[in-house]
Amino acid sequence: MIRLEDLTKIFRTPNGDVVAADRVNMEVPEGEICILLGPSGCGKTTALKMINRLIPPTSGKIYLDGKDTSGLDDIELRRNIGYVIQQIGLFPNMTIEENICVVPRLLNWDAKRAANRAAELLDLVGLDARQYLKRFPKELSGGQQQRVGVIRALAADPPVMLMDEPFGAIDPINREIIQDEFLKMQSEMKKTIMFVSHDIDEAVKMGDKVAIFRAGKIEQYASPDRILAHPSNEFVADFVGADRTLKRLRLLTAEQVARSDAPITSRSTKIDDARQALSGAKARIAVVIDSDHRPVGFVTAEEMTGASGTVRDLAHPLPATVPIRADLRAVVSEMFAQDTMWLACTDDQGRFAGVISQPDVTAALQATYARDRNTPEKLEAS
Amino acid sequence: MPATGIPPKSWRRHDAVAWPWPRATLFLVFALGIWVSASGLVDSIVTYREDIVYLTKQHLVLVVSSGTAAILVGLPVGIWLSRPSMERYAETVMQVFNIGTTIPTLAVVALSMTLLGIGFPPAFFGLFVASLLPIVRNTYAGLLTVPSHLKEAATGMGMTRRQILWRIELPNALYVIFSGIRTALAINVGTTPLAFLIGGGGLGELIFTGIDLMDTGMLLAGAIPTAALAVAVDFLMGQAQLHLIPKGVNPLR
Ligand SMILES: Nc1ncnc2c1ncn2[C@@H]1O[C@H](COP(=O)(O)OP(=O)(O)O)[C@@H](O)[C@H]1O
Ligand SMILES: [Mg+2]
Repeated sequence: MIRLEDLTKIFRTPNGDVVAADRVNMEVPEGEICILLGPSGCGKTTALKMINRLIPPTSGKIYLDGKDTSGLDDIELRRNIGYVIQQIGLFPNMTIEENICVVPRLLNWDAKRAANRAAELLDLVGLDARQYLKRFPKELSGGQQQRVGVIRALAADPPVMLMDEPFGAIDPINREIIQDEFLKMQSEMKKTIMFVSHDIDEAVKMGDKVAIFRAGKIEQYASPDRILAHPSNEFVADFVGADRTLKRLRLLTAEQVARSDAPITSRSTKIDDARQALSGAKARIAVVIDSDHRPVGFVTAEEMTGASGTVRDLAHPLPATVPIRADLRAVVSEMFAQDTMWLACTDDQGRFAGVISQPDVTAALQATYARDRNTPEKLEAS
Repeated sequence: MPATGIPPKSWRRHDAVAWPWPRATLFLVFALGIWVSASGLVDSIVTYREDIVYLTKQHLVLVVSSGTAAILVGLPVGIWLSRPSMERYAETVMQVFNIGTTIPTLAVVALSMTLLGIGFPPAFFGLFVASLLPIVRNTYAGLLTVPSHLKEAATGMGMTRRQILWRIELPNALYVIFSGIRTALAINVGTTPLAFLIGGGGLGELIFTGIDLMDTGMLLAGAIPTAALAVAVDFLMGQAQLHLIPKGVNPLR
């Protein structure tokens, strides 16, 4: 857990004082990622660097795991906090292995244990240890260096990580990949992470909580969905963008919205039986599945009225299916692309997992607003 | 002489170990050999054999002692000037040093005679001063060019200042520092013959006396070992720079 209490930083410069952090109060619960988000120069980096004392605070307190850190020795404190910077900062004179082992060696791990840890971490990010341990940073691609920068910070398994725009220097495609990898690692590591970003999409994707900064002050500190649904003021609304409702689509998956009890039928079912089943379920459409339970088409109640034979004769092919784990943005995008009001969802094995419709998506987005209308605004970090 | 900081690309390439014109050089040496032996110079050079051995030793003592002293003093001074606490004064000190570099080495040697009289001490001191400047300058500049984000990463990971200097700053500045040492030794070896002029001995004795007496054999007896020494030192330094500096920070590898 990280807790900041009235944390303030004033830089005294020849051109006057710069208040880079102004009584910042926030708490990052154990195992969560908190994104510090805001325009350039708003004090994100300053807030972050005060935690590992690369910048000494002017006033205020920092608690890690409930303990006031001001009594701790700088060196001691830093060795127990993972630190990742945008420039990556791998040491060119050291091999990848030596880079990863820096903190373990500072903590006097024996060489063997540190080496094993380095190999284990490389494997974790999909880099072949045998191939990469003895290489130098300049012999790696940008994305590979970025991964090593992250695992180097994880080497001694610190409970707290500070990351300053850690994926800022990579191209957008690789950034998405590394973000996904990192989230996957985090779901097992459960580190408490303070993460600086200036990219709202990254914040929405990576953050359990997002703190929006302006001129050294926190404007809003809440979950990504809450910030997108209820920006606390004009500045936040502007910063998150006019398409904030669309951005919320990324926060929900099809699984949370799809109807898994949607009617199904098979190609060999008699039309009469299929129609009765549909009217019993008060539905207009049934998804046709094959013997492996995979969705292969659909039939409508209207077309079946007065018809005879089996479902096979009236079935239409499905325009597309979406994975049940896809986020709503992908789902809606597919709906627009196919010009359809609904889509069948599939699980990892390609089996039918439910039906998702445009009204369901709208209702899901509305649910937050409705829920919040009934509960009074909770006091959020000032 | 290369400027401070990271040497320009072309210069680095020139550092390459391969002799640039192997065939042309071989041919020249061969032609020189024919001319020397035809003119009976070999015989006359050989008559100075004992002098050559004695003076070469003297010469080497000067080179090695003044060069080593310059390294031992230059590195710490360069490191010290690059520390953040020296930031305010370092540039001024470097300005003074840079002006020092523009003084011809002959003048440096002459000045050290006025200070220390004649013999080994002024010769040693003059050579030491002439070699000191490039070492200090490159050490200082090399350390300053280590990117600040590397130092920040190291600090953030919990290294002490001393650890950052030894494990991050010096290794990453090593190539530039080494270039400074190489330049210093080239200056040193090239200046050492002048030591004779202030009574410091060395192979300059044969060269300058040879010139005075118009004795080509004597002159060559001093000049050839001096030239060979310069080539050998530069070659060794080139090899050392190639092999001793770790791969990750060595532009030659
Ligand atoms: N060492 C410093 N001295 C003076 N002002 C600084 C210093 N570091 C940062 N600042 C100022 O503090 C403010 C916040 O900077 P920073 O935390 O780096 O912003 P961000 O990371 O959000 O872009 C900026 O106005 C910046 O100019
Ligand atoms: Mg920043």
